[in-house]
Order: sequence, then C-alpha cells, then structure tokens
Amino acid sequence: MTDSMAVAKGATMERKKKESQFSLVMKRLAKNRLAMAGLCITLLLFLLALLSPVIMPYAYDELNMIDRFAKPSLRHLCGADEMGRDIFSRLLYGARWSLALGFLATIISTAIGMVIGSVVGYFGGTVDTVVMRFIDILQAIPGILLAIAISACLGSGFANTIIALSIGGIPMTVRLLRGSIMGVRKMEYLEAAQTINCSVPRLIVRHILPNSISPIIVSVTMGIGNTILMAASLSYIGLGVQPPTPEWGAMLSAGRTYMRDYPHMVLFPGIAIALVVLSLNMLGDGLRDAMDPKLKK
Amino acid sequence: MEKSRAPFIEVKNLKVHYTSEGRVIHAVNDVSFSLNKGETLGLVGETGAGKTTIAKSVLRILPQPPAEVEGGEIFLEGKDLLKLSEDEMRKIRGRKIAMIFQDPMTALNPVMRVGKQIAEGIALHEKISAKEAEEKAKKMLEMVGIPASRYRDYPHQFSGGMKQRVVIAMALSCSPDLLLADEPTTALDVTIQAQVLDIIKNLQKEFETSMIMITHDLGIVAEVCDNVAVIYAGEVVEYGSREEIFDNPLHPYTIGLFGSLPDINSDVERLSPIAGMPPDAANLPAGCAFSPRCPYADEKCKSAPVGLERMEGTHCCRCIHSRSADKIKAKAAEKVC
Amino acid sequence: MSEVLMEVKHLKKYFNTPKGMLHAVDDVTFSIGKGKTMGVVGESGCGKSTLGRTLIHLYESTDGQILFDGEDITHVTKHKMHELRERMQIIFQDPFSSLNPRMTVEETIREPLELCRRFKKNQIQEEAEKIMEMVGIDDRLRYAYPHELDGGRRQRVGIGRALALNPAFVVCDEPVSALDVSIQAQVLNLLQDLQEKSGVTYMFVTHDLSVVKHISDNICVMYLGQLVETTTSKELFANPLHPYTRALLSAIPSVDIHRKKERVILQGEIVSPVEPKPGCRFAARCPYATDRCREPQQLREIAKDHFVSCCRAEEVWE
Repeated sequence: MTDSMAVAKGATMERKKKESQFSLVMKRLAKNRLAMAGLCITLLLFLLALLSPVIMPYAYDELNMIDRFAKPSLRHLCGADEMGRDIFSRLLYGARWSLALGFLATIISTAIGMVIGSVVGYFGGTVDTVVMRFIDILQAIPGILLAIAISACLGSGFANTIIALSIGGIPMTVRLLRGSIMGVRKMEYLEAAQTINCSVPRLIVRHILPNSISPIIVSVTMGIGNTILMAASLSYIGLGVQPPTPEWGAMLSAGRTYMRDYPHMVLFPGIAIALVVLSLNMLGDGLRDAMDPKLKK
Repeated sequence: MEKSRAPFIEVKNLKVHYTSEGRVIHAVNDVSFSLNKGETLGLVGETGAGKTTIAKSVLRILPQPPAEVEGGEIFLEGKDLLKLSEDEMRKIRGRKIAMIFQDPMTALNPVMRVGKQIAEGIALHEKISAKEAEEKAKKMLEMVGIPASRYRDYPHQFSGGMKQRVVIAMALSCSPDLLLADEPTTALDVTIQAQVLDIIKNLQKEFETSMIMITHDLGIVAEVCDNVAVIYAGEVVEYGSREEIFDNPLHPYTIGLFGSLPDINSDVERLSPIAGMPPDAANLPAGCAFSPRCPYADEKCKSAPVGLERMEGTHCCRCIHSRSADKIKAKAAEKVC
Repeated sequence: MSEVLMEVKHLKKYFNTPKGMLHAVDDVTFSIGKGKTMGVVGESGCGKSTLGRTLIHLYESTDGQILFDGEDITHVTKHKMHELRERMQIIFQDPFSSLNPRMTVEETIREPLELCRRFKKNQIQEEAEKIMEMVGIDDRLRYAYPHELDGGRRQRVGIGRALALNPAFVVCDEPVSALDVSIQAQVLNLLQDLQEKSGVTYMFVTHDLSVVKHISDNICVMYLGQLVETTTSKELFANPLHPYTRALLSAIPSVDIHRKKERVILQGEIVSPVEPKPGCRFAARCPYATDRCREPQQLREIAKDHFVSCCRAEEVWE
C-alpha cells in the first residue's frame, strides 16, 4: 500500500491564486454526478415549494366533492383525496412544511449540538464526563420514541414538532463533533500552533474546527432526510403537523384508510418523501467524499 | 545467473499498473530477476518505487482492481504462478511462499491468542491434529526466542519486537521455500532490529529458505542479501551480487543513494543528495526514468528508453553511461570533497 | 565548550497514567553550546521527544531546572512564555500531521509572522517569500495544500514555519525519519545550511545513529528516560563506554560490506518506565550487569567531557 498507492502526487499543486476550501470542495463535488443529481433535485423541490402558490392548479384546501377519490388524470395529475382535494397541489404546498420541518429541526439540533460538542471536545475532563453521561441517557431512548414523548407532552403543531425533532438530533451531533475534535487534538499542527503563540479562540477557529467540521456537514445533509421521515412518522400517528395542513406524512396518514381501493392517495406522498430523502443522501455521500482533503482531484 | 540448475524462482518481464480515478499508474515496468534456493535477493528502492507491488504479485495478493498484472511470468520451480487457479494458488501461499509484512501491529489478529494464530496456519496446511499443531506452534515460538509459556497471550501483551518475531514464526511455521520479507524491521528499534535480522538469518540457514528482502535500508541489504536489485520507478535499474553493487555501483541512482547516506564509519561534512523528487508513476518520462534527476543525463537519455545491459559477471545496469561510470564516480567524489 | 545557550539540570518529567507514574524523563542533566547541535539518541519510548518538548514548554516539567541563555525559565509567566516561544521552536517528525491540511503553504508560513506583531502588514508578505526561498520551496507552490506535497517538501514547510521568527533554539524531533534516503539528505543539508547562516542552536532528537553522527557536535544517549552517556560526537563513536551505547552502535547495519564487526545481540525485554525500580534500567538486558547495578547510578565524568552513568564503565573500557 505505502508503496503503490502513495505514488508521487499529480500536477494539482501548482495554482495561480489561492483557492478557498469551499471552492475546492465545490469543484470536487461538481465531478460527482450522483451528488449533483441529488443537489439539483433538492434545489428543484425548494423552488417548487416556494413557487407553489403560482403553479398549483388548485388551492390546497379546495374541496370538490364531485372529484372525490379521482384517479390520476390530466385534471388531477396525482388524483384527488377523500374530500376531492387535488393531491398534486397539496404535495407542492406540503413541500413547504415538510422541507421546513426537516431543515429547521436539523439546523437547530446541529447548532446546539455543535456548541456542546466543541466545548466538550476541547476541554474534556469533568465537563466531558458529566455532559456525555447526560447525552448517553438521551441516546438510550429510541429517537422516534423520544420525539413521540416530547410531542405528546407539548401537543401537536408545527413549532412543537420542530422542538420534538431537534432534541432527538442533538446527541448525534455532539458525539460526532466531540469524536472528530478528539481525533484532531492529537495532531502535531496544534502543538505547532501553540509554539507560535496561537491564542485558544484562534486555535479552535482556524485549526480545530476546519478540520473537524466535515462529518457534521455531511451528517446535516443526511440528517435532513431522516428528520423529514421522522416528521412524517409523527404526522402518520396523529402527532406532529395536523391535517388539513398538507404535510406529507399527514397526507400519507390520511390516505391509509383508503389505501386498498385508492392506492394513489398514499403512493404519491410516499414517492415525494422517498425522493427528498434519496436526493439528500446522494448529496451527503458526495459531500463526504468531496470534503476529504486527502482525496486526489 | 548462468547456473547449471534452473533458478528456484524466476520473474520475467513483470508489468503491473494501477488505475486510479482515470490515471494509470505504472507501478512495475518490465521487472525480471531470479533467485536460487537458499539465496537472498534484496529489492532496494524508495517509497513508491514498486517494491511491495512486486512481492504482492508473486504471492498474487494484489487488490484487483485497482491493480492489474499487464504481463510477465513468475516461475516457481518451473510453474507459472500467474497462470494457476485461485485454488492451486491457495495451496502455495503459506506453504511454499510466505510473507512478512512491515507492520507487526496490523498483521496479527488482536482478539486471538498468538499461539493459536500460529497453530491455525499450520493446521491449515498440514494434515495434523490440533494437538500436534499446538506442539509445533510452541516449537516455532521458542525458535524465535519467545518462551512457549506465552502461547496463550494476546498480541497486545507483546512488545513491537516480539510481535514481529511472532509474525516471523507464523511465516516460517510451514517451512516455506520462499520468504517475502517486506520491510520486516522498519517499524522496530535498532537493537531489536539486530535481534530480528539475526533470527531471520539463522532460520533461513536452518531451513534453506530463499528470501526476497524488500527494504529501503542499504545497511540491511549489506548485511543479509546475496544479490541486490535496485528499483527505481518500477524498473530494475541495477542488478548484481552484493559485492558488485556495494564495491562498484554503476547506475547514477545507486551512486546517488550511497552519497545520500550518512555513514557511521566515515566522516563526511556534507551529504550529496540526489536532486529533485521521485517521479510521478502516472507520468513517467519517455526516456530513462531517472534522467530528470540525473546529473549526467543528456539528450539521448531523455529521448528513448534505456535497456538493462549486462556488464561483468551478473552485474547489470540500466544506463547508457554505465561504461563510463568511473567518470561519474570520480565526479561524485569531487562533489563530496 | 563555548558559550552555553541551553542548560538542563536534573530535569524530570513524569506522566500520570492509570498504571502509575510514567518516568518519561528522569533526572537528565546536560548543556548545549550556542550555535552547536546536540544530538539526542535513543529507542522509541526512551523519552527523547518528551525531553525536547519539555525544554520548549510544550510540557510542564515535573522537577529540575531549565536555563536558557543564562536565565531560569523552568517556571515562567504567560507573558514571558510568549516572548520565549519566539526564540524557541520545534520541527516535528511527521510531515503529515504537523501541517494543518486546510491551510496553504503560504498561510502556514505566514501564521507565525502574523502572530508575533513584529512585522507590519506589508512586511509580512515580503518576509514569507524570503522564508520560502530560504527553505527551498518553489514560489509556484505557495497556494498548494499539504496533501498535494510530498514528504520532503512538507518537511521544508515545517522548517520554514519553525525558523520564520529566526529563533535561537530549535528542537528537531526526528525531522528526517519519515523521509526517503535521497530526500533525507536534502533536508539534512538544508538544516546545516540554515545553521551556518543564522547560528541557530539545534537539539536533534532521533533514533538514527548515522544521522545523529553526521549532524551533531555532541550527543546524549538516552535509555528509558535516563541519560546514560553524553560526550562529543567523535568521542562517542570512537570510544563508547556505556554497555547500551555499545549495543546500539553495534546494531546499526553498515553499508560497508567488508568491515566485519562484532555484534552485541541484546537478550531480554525492555522494562517498563512506569514506576521503575531504582538503579540502572538497562540492567535487565545488560551483559555486564551485577548486583551493584540495582543501586541508583550517577552520571560521572570518566574522561574529559565524557559522562557515563554506569558503575562498571571502567571495566567495560578494558
């Protein structure tokens, strides 16, 4: 291995001007077709969600009893539900709720997790022991159970669902960042920085975080998909966002009663969820590869 | 090489490349050498020269892909290893050919008792009972200087040098005819290295094992090898007996290696390193691979590939200036002074 | 010896481990002359790296005294430490882990200049370019990231960072062990050139005896935290007195195939430096060991400038 793989580096090292890490990562990402597909689908979904009032053929809550349980047709692209509401319009509009839930909850839990994780990772010792035992307790409860419990306490609704989902995500981020920082802490370049009088904040911002943050970014992308799934499950069992708000999970849940006779009612929300999760996972996978500085061009 | 009997192992025109993200890395380019029973051949070269790839090709344990053997033949007692089926090869590995890896820490299974690991290999290749295998494993341990009472210890209870000795015991347990030693002492301290080399040499004598010693350390070569092949960019640039290479190095790269080495026995104010960097194996020069770093390279060196040329005896050299090597050495000596 | 830059007296550095006190550096005394190179040799785990790091205050010493340029720096204030760090530096062994993979070559070299407040903004760039030229890094590579460079170039960047502020004292912690022979020679020559130019003092920590002989004026031999022998480079190789030094010297494989030498093959295993028993730690492997070796050994001057910590040194001499 040492012999064969580590053959002299290619001609990438000559550069006219400094390239930031971000542009390097983006360049590498652009070469990964799967990841780019994931990115495109995600962006497209965002765009659709934003533009939904303009492109929706019907209002999401427009009742039309004549079209109850209509099969997919030109009139209703994805069919209609038990109230005759157009499923396609509801999916578009529901994307706002589902995506917002996924992104907000993940970002909140990551932000909190990062603060705790970097404190714990950098200082270690007693702080580490105490906080990590607490995290252990939190992690001992299955994620979905925790979300159900919190939701049940706080009641349903958009904001409460976000809180319920974020708390469950914190331990993961803390563990990831802590582990990642502890890996970096042994590196000699930190000692080197110390010998040239680098202050602690500068040490963390310039030397530790840039080298330990990549797993977090990857876990965020993958986590969003998970959170959307979790939100959908919450809605499915009647917690979380409530009908008639067209959240995807809620739609799935509403359709389950009629699943046998009108499968399109669960099929299309299911496809929507799967599509988001899949594209985010593809993007996350690509990001992980692109963020590793040791990889070649 | 003009011996009456056929050599024990003979590698002919071996070519191996790796494909990595669209780039083709020519790791081994047309390497040939042969080895008689009981002899030791040293493969010397720097990181990335392709030494390990050669050894792994002989044992057929290259990861394929990304590696691919493009061509060549490897004869072990007249049989071409590259043409054998995987089943036949499995019988050869361990029993006929064994390999010692560089890092003893990763070569042992951390959750298995060391004695058991040795016995397992023996039981796999010889049809003997578990009891006999254990007896033999204990004997092997003692042979490398570890008391048999430590049969039931786990690898983490051993020091680095002892682990490497266990690895050697494992490799030698089926008395292989050929031992591939890939930098067996690089991870060890000098005093431990001396111990380990001593053990290898003694066992080799006892079992009449042939050995290919892969190393970057010319000192080790001087100590254990009969023949030496100097590898640069996947090519044998110089080949000969130990005396031929050490007393009369001809290739500018070999001469450069000696100049780079601080020697314990002589006082040199300044070393005379080889200029430049090792070549990029994905992008080798058209002519002699060493020409970009060679102080004596001319247009002819850079334009066409240089063949391996027989000098005197077994001494071969891949340099069009090798006939005028005396001049090169004189110049090198000048630079040192 | 000429003017002394670094003087160490009875320095101790213990680490608290779950198994007990690890005596990484135990009662080490030596001094280094200005502009000289002190080689510290020993095998892995002998405390040579710890010694280097304790000297430049990356580790706090447990006991003993460190004098730098005549000044006691064993315990210093934070402010004083900042001042000292600009005059004491370290070059690391592993060119892979000693450079921040997210910083370009230029950023790495600029960082000490930016942090020391000695330079104006516009001077920094100029100075950084001067340093890159000094350590032989091509201008084209200024925006390269460490993983794009080979080991030799990376080590040059590390040397550039260490020597950026023109320090008086540099600990070189195995700076060439991870490099190929031909590159190793380039880096050794560079270090020697820089010393000639700036008069910097090196403490050269390594396990490679041929390298240490080549570069050092004086040599310390360490075994499991203890200093076993110290003298000039010439004297040590001509006349090694401690049994360990002898074994070490005889163990080096030489490229001289005609010189047959007697080899001392050591038996026995290395004792643990955790809570060691008093007395010579080499005794367990020493062919000369007697009962007297179980008592604590003193570093004694046997010949001029030749210190050995072995009670049987005279007998070994014969």
